[in-house]
Amino acid sequence: MARIARKPTAKTQAQGLRAKRGPRPAGRVAILVATRKGAWLYHGDAARKTWRVDGPHFLGHIVSHLVLDPRDGRTLLAATKTGHLGPTVFRSTDLGRNWKETARPPAFARVAGSEKGRAVDHTFWLTPAHANEPNVWYAGTSPQGLFRSEDGGVTWEPFSSVNDDPQYRTWMGTVQDGTPDGPKMHSIIVDPRDPKHLYFGMSGGGVHESVNGGRTWTPILKGLEVVEGFDASTPSFHDPHCIRMCPSNPDRLYQQNHCGIYRLDRPADTWLRIGKSMPKRVGDIGFPMVLHPSDADTAWVFPMDGSTVWPRVSVEGVPCAYVTRNGGKSWQRLDSGLPRSQAWWTVKRQAMTADAHDPVGLYFGTTSGELWMSREEGNRWACIARHLPEIYAVETAELR
Amino acid sequence: MKVLIPGPLLSYTKKREVEATGATLAELLADLDRQYPGLRFRMIDEQDKMRRHIRFFINGEQEFDMTRALQPTDSLQIVQALSGG
Repeated sequence: MARIARKPTAKTQAQGLRAKRGPRPAGRVAILVATRKGAWLYHGDAARKTWRVDGPHFLGHIVSHLVLDPRDGRTLLAATKTGHLGPTVFRSTDLGRNWKETARPPAFARVAGSEKGRAVDHTFWLTPAHANEPNVWYAGTSPQGLFRSEDGGVTWEPFSSVNDDPQYRTWMGTVQDGTPDGPKMHSIIVDPRDPKHLYFGMSGGGVHESVNGGRTWTPILKGLEVVEGFDASTPSFHDPHCIRMCPSNPDRLYQQNHCGIYRLDRPADTWLRIGKSMPKRVGDIGFPMVLHPSDADTAWVFPMDGSTVWPRVSVEGVPCAYVTRNGGKSWQRLDSGLPRSQAWWTVKRQAMTADAHDPVGLYFGTTSGELWMSREEGNRWACIARHLPEIYAVETAELR
Repeated sequence: MKVLIPGPLLSYTKKREVEATGATLAELLADLDRQYPGLRFRMIDEQDKMRRHIRFFINGEQEFDMTRALQPTDSLQIVQALSGG
């Protein structure tokens, strides 16, 4: 019987790639969901089919990010504030059974007798540092500030090289120059090969790199586009939404930007706009950027309507993810199981992620409070939870 | 002196009314922070400015001046101003 050659689909490509890759961790997955009104943990079974809900934690608190320390597998940090109270960070060393407030939350240096001193409105981003630096964490704030903790998040110190540097302060602009709920420091990335090699993104303010642990920083902007009419050589006009480093190839970065989807292969310093191969009707605007844990050619995005007045909803009210399996040369739509019409939500920059299983599980939370996942690398989506508050961040944790 | 604590800060004090001392409003808040670590930063930012939705009433009158002198017989009410959403 003759074999019929079929054009590979996203699903068969995923199966083929799975066969080529080695085994990956098979611990149980917990989904860490941070929302505008609290945090929830969803504990999965071994097959990632059923999810036990644990929450709310911090009911009524604005939780921007909830992250597990992969180095000890049990310490959680939560970046919170409330409508009335100032920002802080809570810490749990028993997976959220008990929480204790940090003794010294991220705060800018005091500038006595001056109006120039800034105040942290909220801690927006949390990144555990290098595997060889236990208890070290980085935090990014709104307005833009970079902070470091060396005691597991109990106390935080500002990076003066960014927060107080006159050039960087100029590039950050004012609180009126940023995103609707404040300009942000985000996408703090630590090179797994070198704890002193760091990246971060600022909305606005561009993408920056340090090779000396944060003593000095250099913008990496070549190839990135800015809104028409502005000078692309000025970091202030750059708005990276989310930058990720490939776990399987730390020389490769992907970026979802205000002006498209990009890839950068170091040591080159010019970003390539890989979003140009997205369908024109969908465009390449969005917020999240998710990378495959072991295949540097595979990445996912969640397109958003960034036209006219920037509605920040799904394109035409029909949500979908897109995947590339060739480093951005081409993209395939992944919308099976998602609403087919009248779904006017979208996904924020921290609200989509992947686990390390095989096949990779994908997870995203919506601005309308729904939590979705796919056990098949996006080929089929299922809703895990509805009626949550607006979801700000979704992370996964492999529980040992 | 007597200090009345608003709902959002009860997680620190565990009670609605507490005692604190200080010759000025700033000193009183510092004493509160010694007793209940972290409480002050939730109300006063790192530039020593009152946060947007926090208000202080001394003997029933609103006070914005942190150097305001206090007497042991005064009372402080900490209020969470309206914040929507």
